[in-house]
Amino acid sequence: MAEDRKVKVKIDHVEKIYDGRQGKMIALNGVDLDIYENEFICVVGPSGCGKSTLLNIIAGLLEPTTGAVYVDGKKVEGTGTERGVVFQQYALFPWLTVKKNVMFGLKLKGMSDAEAEPIAMKYIKMVQLEDFVDAYPKELSGGMKQRVAIARAYAVQPEVLLMDEPFGALDAQTRTQLQAELIQTWQEERKTCFFITHDVDEAVILATKVIVMSARPGRIKRIIDINLPYPRTQEMKMTKEFMDLKNEVWGEVYQEYLEIRK
Amino acid sequence: MDKKKNGIIDKIPNWGWLMISLATALVLWYVLSITPKTARCFPFIPKVIEALKTVVEREILWADIKSSMISVLLGFAFGFCTSVPVAFLMAWYRPVQHIVEPWIQFIRNIPPLAYVPLVVIGAGVGRVPQVIVIWLATFLTMTITIYQGVRNVDSTLIKAARVLGAKDKDLFVKVIFPATTPFILTAVRLGASVALTTLIAAESTGAFAGLGMRIRSFNNSYEVEPMLLYIILIGIIGISIEKIIKFLEKKLTGWQETRQV
Ligand SMILES: Nc1ncnc2c1ncn2[C@@H]1O[C@H](COP(=O)(O)OP(=O)(O)OP(=O)(O)O)[C@@H](O)[C@H]1O
Ligand SMILES: [Mg+2]
Repeated sequence: MAEDRKVKVKIDHVEKIYDGRQGKMIALNGVDLDIYENEFICVVGPSGCGKSTLLNIIAGLLEPTTGAVYVDGKKVEGTGTERGVVFQQYALFPWLTVKKNVMFGLKLKGMSDAEAEPIAMKYIKMVQLEDFVDAYPKELSGGMKQRVAIARAYAVQPEVLLMDEPFGALDAQTRTQLQAELIQTWQEERKTCFFITHDVDEAVILATKVIVMSARPGRIKRIIDINLPYPRTQEMKMTKEFMDLKNEVWGEVYQEYLEIRK
Repeated sequence: MDKKKNGIIDKIPNWGWLMISLATALVLWYVLSITPKTARCFPFIPKVIEALKTVVEREILWADIKSSMISVLLGFAFGFCTSVPVAFLMAWYRPVQHIVEPWIQFIRNIPPLAYVPLVVIGAGVGRVPQVIVIWLATFLTMTITIYQGVRNVDSTLIKAARVLGAKDKDLFVKVIFPATTPFILTAVRLGASVALTTLIAAESTGAFAGLGMRIRSFNNSYEVEPMLLYIILIGIIGISIEKIIKFLEKKLTGWQETRQV
């Protein structure tokens, strides 16, 4: 059934070897993955298994040692605005206000202020920060900063959204809230997402597909389809289906942790 | 941070403290001016005002201020214009940093007064050696400060800009430059202060006018009152420049998370 959908991102035997001070380090050992249009992929796996490396390669911020990534059949070389990224550290420009941050990518596309402003405002509303358009990042809480970062990524209307533990630095409550908002947005637009997390709960509630990676060397260990119905709600976390999926994912991840400790 | 509100101390406004501080200094000054051991080097206010009248009448005060300010401004301007590109080159090309930085650190620790005679031998007397000495001193200080700023630009900001479509030129204009602004302003403040403190050394290069040169000549003629006046003047000029730059810093970099000192 999945086969007749369009492959949005093709990861074709990607290998990444870092040439560090402690010698060569195989971060990714031949990763193959097809990400279909409208999929929400969550990637879990022990620390150091190469999740961020893979995301950075898809983003075009890193080059694979061998192999390649294709978006809509076109080989990735460098960054491109069809791929948006949300970083764990927010990465807002501290000298720009919320509005100017969200307008940043639009202005780079050559838009004038008059053209960019309404678009920025639309996404600022989406993340419910209308009251903070003229605030500087230092005046925002962590959750608000990440909302701005999400709005900024959405504003340039990427076709694929890459997120590297975007909620990793937030408290549990804020995290839950941002998850709910993200689910809501995804249900509306079904934008292809590639989302890294350490939190198995988060992975299962967000994803249509969870990818479990293993370390040393980094590769894909298992792919688990998440067939939970929509609309997804926090209450769903109490259901048996959710629990079963969570246990399945957790089992795989836990095995990896044990591997690493050996 | 505040311990507990202890009434009266907390009620005094900032300008009140300034007044108290000023009064304390005046009292101390007066005491020094009547103590036999220090009376000769701390003449009190009326005598200093008398000296002010004299130097204005002799038409040297404005000439001295003007001459000093020209040297400071020129030296500082050259220092700034050269330190910015050198700092960026050091931050971008490792070889440049490895070759240049040790020498900057080395020369920076030599008091300018020590190499002034060399500059005079090379450049003669007059304006040129003064400007060179101030240029060198401000260049060294500002290069190190700006270099550290460029090195400290958060790499995730650069990544964030690139994924939003920034090309190399955009990165420089829209990310690296604004991210470095606080350091550039700090460099300007430190540079201005160094320029002024180097002035005295610079004007020992056989200057014809200038605050530093005049202090030396008052010294030779044992004119303590105008000397003290000039010393105070240099202090006033210094603090005014610092205040102006601090004001600019506040205006331009108010977005900063934590303000550095
Ligand atoms: N620039 C680099 N130079 C050398 N080695 C690196 C570099 N970046 C990452 N590595 C190594 O590559 C491996 C994968 O790193 P990566 O950051 O992709 O892991 P991760 O799965 O994102 O981990 P985490 O969950 O902790 O974020 C790690 O072992 C790391 O030490
Ligand atoms: Mg990571």
